[in-house]
Amino acid sequence: MSTPASTSSSPLPRLDLVSRVDQTGVEERVARFCKRSIKKASKMQALKLALGMIDLTTLEGQDTPGKVRQLCQKAIHLHDSIPGLPHVAAVCVYPVMVGVARKALDDQGLAGEIKVASVATAFPSGMSPLHIKLEETKIAVAEGADEIDMVISRGAFLRGDYGYVFDEIAAVRDACGEAHLKVILETGELGTLDQVRRASVLAMHAGADFIKTSTGKIQPAATMPVTLVMLQAIRDHYYETGRQVGMKPAGGISKAKLAIQYLVMLRETLGQAWMAPEWFRFGASSLANDLIMQIQKQQTGVYQSADYFSKD
Amino acid sequence: MDETTSKLAFDTDWQYDPAPESTDHIRIDEQYELFIGGEFVAPKEGRYFDSINPANEQVLARVAAAGKDDVARAVKAARKAYQTSWSTLKPAERGKYIYRIARVLQERAREFAVIETLDGGKPIRESRDIDIPLAAAHFFYYAGWADKLEYAFPGKQVAALGVAGQIIPWNFPLLMAAWKIAPALACGNTVVLKPAETTPLTALKLAEVIRDAGLPPGVVNIVTGAGDTGAALVDHPDIDKIAFTGSTAVGRSIQKSLAGTSTKYTLELGGKAANIIFADAAIDEAVEGIVNGIFFNQGHVCCAGSRLLVQESVADEVIRKLKDRMESLIVGDPMDKNTDIGAINSPAQLAKIEDYLRIGQAEGGEMYQSSATLPTTGYWCRPTLFTGVSQSNRVVQEEIFGPVLAIQTFRTLEEGLDKANNTPYGLSGGVWTDKGAKIFKMTRAIRAGVIWANTFNKFDPASPFGGYKESGMGREGGLHGLDAYLELS
Repeated sequence: MSTPASTSSSPLPRLDLVSRVDQTGVEERVARFCKRSIKKASKMQALKLALGMIDLTTLEGQDTPGKVRQLCQKAIHLHDSIPGLPHVAAVCVYPVMVGVARKALDDQGLAGEIKVASVATAFPSGMSPLHIKLEETKIAVAEGADEIDMVISRGAFLRGDYGYVFDEIAAVRDACGEAHLKVILETGELGTLDQVRRASVLAMHAGADFIKTSTGKIQPAATMPVTLVMLQAIRDHYYETGRQVGMKPAGGISKAKLAIQYLVMLRETLGQAWMAPEWFRFGASSLANDLIMQIQKQQTGVYQSADYFSKD
Repeated sequence: MDETTSKLAFDTDWQYDPAPESTDHIRIDEQYELFIGGEFVAPKEGRYFDSINPANEQVLARVAAAGKDDVARAVKAARKAYQTSWSTLKPAERGKYIYRIARVLQERAREFAVIETLDGGKPIRESRDIDIPLAAAHFFYYAGWADKLEYAFPGKQVAALGVAGQIIPWNFPLLMAAWKIAPALACGNTVVLKPAETTPLTALKLAEVIRDAGLPPGVVNIVTGAGDTGAALVDHPDIDKIAFTGSTAVGRSIQKSLAGTSTKYTLELGGKAANIIFADAAIDEAVEGIVNGIFFNQGHVCCAGSRLLVQESVADEVIRKLKDRMESLIVGDPMDKNTDIGAINSPAQLAKIEDYLRIGQAEGGEMYQSSATLPTTGYWCRPTLFTGVSQSNRVVQEEIFGPVLAIQTFRTLEEGLDKANNTPYGLSGGVWTDKGAKIFKMTRAIRAGVIWANTFNKFDPASPFGGYKESGMGREGGLHGLDAYLELS
């Protein structure tokens, strides 16, 4: 692999100076978030907030235009029998499905309101030459993607070739043009929280608009400890540069209760400025229905059968 | 770092609604008597005092004040129980009774947690997750030792001491009662316990548990009252052992009055622990450790990490993160499950803390407090930091026993160590570093009874606890805790 020339203005950060992470301490802090008791109006507000932060996702080899159109329909009409629900933040699809999703949303007049996110850069493994990744990124943007979810080269990162990873992110950043760039660290392959923190710093310095935990194809995907470490890295980057970077935990968040615990963690780590879909997303597919079911429960006092909530 | 432009805002649109723990499942009587000889009896002089809920200043119950005669009656009951039942019982039988207390505490944990919080002002999260489970764990732990004492001290003969007088503070009322009663009973002693006057209720509830557990009458006696009740207990001639947890001033006077007598004693007194953060520490976790070290239980903790020593190269970062973290600490109704910092235990303690806030500022320290909104009734103090203070400042030297942290910086390991040890106290300490060798070097050289590495305020019944220097003498917990209630020969 040839090392691409960096087009980023900021230099490679000193990863040896990145703050260390103590896993036991992180887990204790997470346990504290999970003890917050969220009830009544506060719960309702959180459920709706989480709903509006979802990147409704389908990333299957069996995806078809029909499936993607159904997903977009769901994104627009989450559960029309409950008035006042927000729509999701985005739909997230493979590059070949971007055009389909774009058209489905545009036809309903929702361009700009619900974003089209596309994974790119040889998702999920990232094991392709850089020029292919850049080409793929440009195609997805040209097809109408508002956001690109790239994967980092974990192999290069793990063998210590941070310069390669940095330059690759910077190059994809350039290829994105106006589109927002989410950088997937695939934390389940990085081994330690220290590595998660270093990879977060690397990605943010290279120009990531968002950092994202996982592809959803590797276990473990998003966890609260991993997300906390990334949120702390985001906070330090903000302290240092004044630039806000968004966060997207993805994979494994399918229950409303867990989503609320993530929001507690977000609130107490980064505060008000990040409590919006512009800065925080859940990469999830089944979470939306559980949130809606809980909203229904809050309003009526009883749970409805899952059969009353559309699955697309 | 530019603090003015990149400031985080924690006053979020999304707020947590109140989540109060319910109180409908508990019973607090209007009046409590003394627990002597297995029965609740009125005090001879007929004096009572009120126990107040410090979060709303309302009276929870009237509690008997034990006079000299009442204390004498309790000691007599304990002596009789020692001679006629407890010391003649098979050790395994003693263990059975203690296990029974432990189990009932677990079964009634929620009730005890609620009463502890109402009476003392600590957050329900702490009484629920820490105080009550740990109290039960102490009974479980020492119950197991009851019939194995000779194995604890191989080659030695073990014998109980007799009657133990025990005086406990208001910061961990039930937990301190457990720390005292469990090892004493396991070793075959009988007990007269005096709870603190601001927090007597869980000890009296424990008396109900002890009665219901069927312990022989007089094995545990509980006499409520203030300092004079405690003094009567210390001065009683038929006491074999005094165990005291509380202030250094009172500890000193106990030691004076016991000098030259055969009464044994253990004293667990004040502290001014150094929590030492090295530049190579996991900073975010260290900040969490600082918060747990000083704001746990409103700082009413003898082993609180009340002196922060932070290596100068990371001081700005640590202080900034600490200030941000303080904004997410919820101060208020202790019964709310989301409350992080509850009420100050008493008006007297609040006055003492506020005195120190004035002293700290008058001496030139820079005071910073979180922006938390405080309730209008009750006794409250915002989490507070002092920067720009040195070893010569009183807020660095003296135990405040409140949510007040004095922050100093150091440059080298040696300087950090010197500052850590430059105190008349020596109860606890904390070291935060990524380097194992540094942990060993520091923990060997810090003169304190308990030192935590990369964590703070962790307790376990199997681990001994106690002080160096003016922080006291003797150890509680673990094997060492048995030693304090046995005659070894």
